[in-house]
Amino acid sequence: MNAPQPVSVSTRMTYREACKQALREALLADPKVFLMGEDIGRYGGCYAVTKGLLEEFGEERIRDTPLSESAFVGAGVGAAMAGMRPIVEIMTVNFSLLALDQIVNNAVTIPHMSGGQFAIPLVIRMATGGGRRVAAQHSRSLEGWYAHIPGLRVLTPATIEDARFMLIGALTDPNPVIIFEHVMLYNMEGDLAPDVTGVDIDRAKVRRAGKDVSLITYGGSLFKTLAAADALAGEGIDAEVVDLRVLRPLDTKTILDSVAKTRRCVIVDEGWRSGSISAEIGMRIAEEAFFELDAPLRRVCAREVPIPYAAHLEDASLPHPAAIAAAARELVRPS
Amino acid sequence: MTKVHLDHAHLLHLLKAMIRIRHFEAKCVELYQAQKILGFLHLYDGEEAVSVGVMEALTPQDAVIATYREHGQALARGVDPKCLMAEMMGKLNGCCRGRGGSMHFFDRKRRFYGGNAIVGGGLPLALGVALADKMQGRLAVTACFFGEGAVDEGEFHETLNLAELWRLPILFVCENNLYSMGMAFERAEADTNLTHKASSYRVAGETVDGMDVVAVESAARNAVDRIRREGEPYFLECRTYRFRAHSMFDAQLYRSKEEVEAWRKKGPIVRFQGWLEANKLIKPDEVAAIEQEIDAEITEAVAFAETGGLEPVSELERFVTMAEIPS
Repeated sequence: MNAPQPVSVSTRMTYREACKQALREALLADPKVFLMGEDIGRYGGCYAVTKGLLEEFGEERIRDTPLSESAFVGAGVGAAMAGMRPIVEIMTVNFSLLALDQIVNNAVTIPHMSGGQFAIPLVIRMATGGGRRVAAQHSRSLEGWYAHIPGLRVLTPATIEDARFMLIGALTDPNPVIIFEHVMLYNMEGDLAPDVTGVDIDRAKVRRAGKDVSLITYGGSLFKTLAAADALAGEGIDAEVVDLRVLRPLDTKTILDSVAKTRRCVIVDEGWRSGSISAEIGMRIAEEAFFELDAPLRRVCAREVPIPYAAHLEDASLPHPAAIAAAARELVRPS
Repeated sequence: MTKVHLDHAHLLHLLKAMIRIRHFEAKCVELYQAQKILGFLHLYDGEEAVSVGVMEALTPQDAVIATYREHGQALARGVDPKCLMAEMMGKLNGCCRGRGGSMHFFDRKRRFYGGNAIVGGGLPLALGVALADKMQGRLAVTACFFGEGAVDEGEFHETLNLAELWRLPILFVCENNLYSMGMAFERAEADTNLTHKASSYRVAGETVDGMDVVAVESAARNAVDRIRREGEPYFLECRTYRFRAHSMFDAQLYRSKEEVEAWRKKGPIVRFQGWLEANKLIKPDEVAAIEQEIDAEITEAVAFAETGGLEPVSELERFVTMAEIPS
């Protein structure tokens, strides 16, 4: 492989490839960057994101770990305190629960608790979400939990461009950053626009402009929501789709600007609705844009069940375009 | 074998370091009763020989990670008692600007990576600090202190395995004070042989009398030499005893007064000082001078803390996220 160059024509690649190129660029750019995680080396990554990196960068910088999530995430915290720029991969958000102590009790408390003596410039990547028929313990969407924690930045790249460039942004942040890669996106192909060399990691983005209703979403639900918007367009409903991109700190301004324009809002979230990021967004709109609204807020979330294995049951558990379109339709043209 | 050089100055230094911790904490108890120190206060009373002995083996380039019972480690590491006392009292001139308190002392300059109040939570950090040193070509040792209660946490086992697997220069110091809060050691362990547990991860180790400061220093020096030489971790179990309650709220229903008294007689200061006196290695007026000097130091620390200002509430959210990486 050659060193990454700014592209002059659109390049077609998968989300997986975009993630890998981002890691490779980071490893090439800074000798303090190294990767740790389960099966990231010889196996090539459980979603094949890190395939080939061991051969290129060696065992010192592409560190296969035993199945000790708490130890290797904590090692990332310690290494970040002592001058390195670790990127830790946790196979999936489900397994990150075994490392919650290190993330929630150490990584985000130490900068504040030490009175600013230590920063924790740690990036943690993990896969998230359902849809692969792998049942409850491999299908959770807990991004909203992490977005609850002060001190974390929570990124949810949904596009090829964000998968390619959010990591570089994360590595310029002196604070712990979690990047959630939705499992259903790895095989998605898309074009990387020419001459883009970075993206911000602060703001939400309007992915489809519209005037009748705001559909606010992120991650794996973005393309379901865009599909719903297309269906609505066929009925003469002009939906705006906001991709949050960053769940913490939440870009409230982009959300409120969109709602002020459309006056109607549906929030789409693969997390459960109770105590969720969708609840947070809804409340912020209620607090700050209540009088802009022409209709009640609506949500399309995962059903409140452990995500089941059987295809028809899993499909019924997760948000889907028809349900999103129905919620929007109900707001714009109440029956 | 690394000999401990028991010259007169060194003997006085060891005694003074232990008395500093003991008297510092006695003052903390007073301030706690006066409600100038709030929250939890986990005293190190009885365990002073462990941190004093181990710190003797470390250089300023080495790193230290401790627990919520870390007053002793911080003082022995040379963190300024003034900043520690001010932190105890939640003041802006405290080592963490009043954000950490008794359980969370940090001192970047002395590579003191914190008091950690989740049992076992500091062990994985030690992996990272040692790994970072190794990857950056620094020949430093990371001393990681934890109680025997941490041995029951998964993080202990994960960490020892990884430390040996990656050949990281970590000195694991298990301060076995025989109780994890109220849970007696022999009621918690299926196997009370802790070096055996360490050796199951091929981490070499030994058990030392943690009430004997010279024995601890000697063992720690040998351990650190070995770590530097072999590039592998080492496990040091220091058998010790906590004379006081777990924190300040503890009826101590789990142990007898007689047991505590018996251990007090074997206390690290009374024993070392007695040995020095019996062998005429120290004069009574030298002990008095040390105590006087320490008490003056503590009086100064209290004055520093008392006169310290408070972090303005407008700064409450500062350091939740950092604007840059401190250097």
